[in-house]
Amino acid sequence: MQERTLCAMHFPANPIAHEVRSYRSCRVETMLKIENLHARVEGKEILKGLSLEVNAGEVHAIMGPNGAGKSTLGNVLSGREGYEVTAGTVTYNGIDLLTLAPEARAAAGVFLAFQYPVEIPGVNNTYFLRAALNAQRKVRGEKELDSMQFLKLVREKLKVMQISDELLHRAVNEGFSGGEKKRNEIFQMAVLEPQLAILDETDSGLDIDALKQVAQGVNTLRSPQRAFLMITHYQRLLDYVVPDFVHVLADGRIVESGDKSLALKLEEHGYAGIGASHPAGAVA
Amino acid sequence: MNQPASLPLVASLLDAPLPASGLGWLDAARRENRAAFAAGGLPDTRVEAWKYTALRGLAQRSFGSGDAAAQTRAVDASTLALPGVAGVRLVFVNGAFRADLSSLDELPAGLSLQPLSQALLGDAEPLRFALSRHYRDVGDAFAQINAASASDGVVLRVAAHTKIELPVQLVFVGAEAELAWHARNVIELGAGAELCLVEQHASSGQPTQLATLVSDIDVREGAQLHHVVLQDAGIGANLFRRNSLRLHARAQATLHVLELGGALVRHDLRAELIGDDAQLHTRGVFMPHGRQHIDTQLAIRHQALNTTSTSHWRGVANDRARGVFRGAIVVAPGADGSDANLSNKNLLLSPSAEIDTKPELEIYADEVQAAHGATVGQLDERSLFYLRSRGIPLAEARALLTAAFCRAVLDDLPNKALREHLSGLLIAQLPA
Repeated sequence: MQERTLCAMHFPANPIAHEVRSYRSCRVETMLKIENLHARVEGKEILKGLSLEVNAGEVHAIMGPNGAGKSTLGNVLSGREGYEVTAGTVTYNGIDLLTLAPEARAAAGVFLAFQYPVEIPGVNNTYFLRAALNAQRKVRGEKELDSMQFLKLVREKLKVMQISDELLHRAVNEGFSGGEKKRNEIFQMAVLEPQLAILDETDSGLDIDALKQVAQGVNTLRSPQRAFLMITHYQRLLDYVVPDFVHVLADGRIVESGDKSLALKLEEHGYAGIGASHPAGAVA
Repeated sequence: MNQPASLPLVASLLDAPLPASGLGWLDAARRENRAAFAAGGLPDTRVEAWKYTALRGLAQRSFGSGDAAAQTRAVDASTLALPGVAGVRLVFVNGAFRADLSSLDELPAGLSLQPLSQALLGDAEPLRFALSRHYRDVGDAFAQINAASASDGVVLRVAAHTKIELPVQLVFVGAEAELAWHARNVIELGAGAELCLVEQHASSGQPTQLATLVSDIDVREGAQLHHVVLQDAGIGANLFRRNSLRLHARAQATLHVLELGGALVRHDLRAELIGDDAQLHTRGVFMPHGRQHIDTQLAIRHQALNTTSTSHWRGVANDRARGVFRGAIVVAPGADGSDANLSNKNLLLSPSAEIDTKPELEIYADEVQAAHGATVGQLDERSLFYLRSRGIPLAEARALLTAAFCRAVLDDLPNKALREHLSGLLIAQLPA
């Protein structure tokens, strides 16, 4: 309430609309608010009433057994076609995320690190990334970067991410090893600087060295302005990227939430039994 | 088609007087080809090689032949310049040689280049073999009318063991008038010679025309030809090109083709690998849009030992356009140890576009390696989503993927400036 009063003082003669706006801009707003989300893929209901709130600066881990709906959640949030939302809402920074095209979500700061990054022969990695960054900047009304400015930015990020610049000269993901593809995802994230990063099983298929590198990249990008949603099957990644919250997704909804100790519990006991006391505790 | 001369197109083409050369053998060949055309008319879609290219609409049009004003048609020479291509240039407007637009002043040693109209005034005997050919098949209708009517074109020879450093540019411009024109080219690379030939089809204005070009290209022992074709004819052009290529022992020919323009376009490549170890590499992209129809027909015959051919073609059709590709490869008896590889991949950018593709392989020899494949599909949804998820708008993502798809077969074009120019042209052809 105090915040509200302080802010309202900037608009001494404000009508109600101003007051509402100033109130919203001052309180710490939920970045991502998912309420009762139901989604179908090919006619089959996968998400069955998922609710979740994520604030700026937080790292959330979404864990769950295969088929629980983890990847569906990432795909719905990033706007992939073929995912039909049948009920519920997703609000991102106060806007209805579900009405936006994938490219508009990206420009608004949503980034999905793919579980299976696509190989795109004939499209140069650097060219692609610059086109992406400039497309986002254009939407946001920022000046586009010329090739010199972009190269400078890319070199900085490569250094931070400890990635060889050889990767820049190749076609997008073409002929990349599994580890290189995942590192390329994190590198793209570093260049695009999203507000909300969704990592879809970024740890899968990585050996321990690659996992550490990816985790280090993620940790470098953690900031008070940025939130992470890490979708993972295993607890392993969470040893290196320590989450603020852990949620268990089972049969299309969050059945249990807790801090990082929940992940350890899962590691020990498996998914069976989690959420058993919960009315929606059916485990896939 | 019965009564060929009842079709306006056939009647109008037969109406044109035969050019008189004063050479008995040539005039006889012209008469004979014209008679064959008069008797056979146009191929219909029952002829296998014309199955997907119907001439019914074109057959109802008529075109006057020969352009009396060809020498004075205004053509802006600066529009014909190509990046990476400088030096010798031969320009034809409506089939007639235009000295004022050409640059033939500084022919490198070992290169002989002149318009056919001039070559026939001198010693025409070396042209006799090529120009006295009789085309007998109804599928060869446009070659017949070309053989009967063409009075100009390119005569090019590279002396043995001569490397021509700069590309030679041949430009065919369809300008202004609605008429039919024909060009006949005879090209020979002597043993061990090297040449880069850039063949360009352009337009001035957008006239509705019928044009035929027939080229005989002989690549002698150990010679190397690099042939680049940029077909950007006007949207009213009905363009029929036939290239007959003969590769002698150890000869190598590389062909890069970009087909962009024209209303109805047909390209026939007949290649014969007649010498041991000859190699042919063809690469091409055809991109019909609007209501364009672009048909590419490859007929490659391996006739000698250890010959190699690779053919990689891509088609992209948009709107209501139609693309046709036929790649017929024959490995003849005795052509043992040959290697033939053919692929044609196609993209449809619109539900009303169509591409018909037909790879054919006939093998009559031993120890032959051969592979062929053809696909027709849409842009990969996963790739599109990947690009969009990074912020690239849908239209731009489509263009990016389509351009990459096409460029894949132009990547080995060694002239970088020209390659980038072609790449820019194909991107410009994509829907915005």
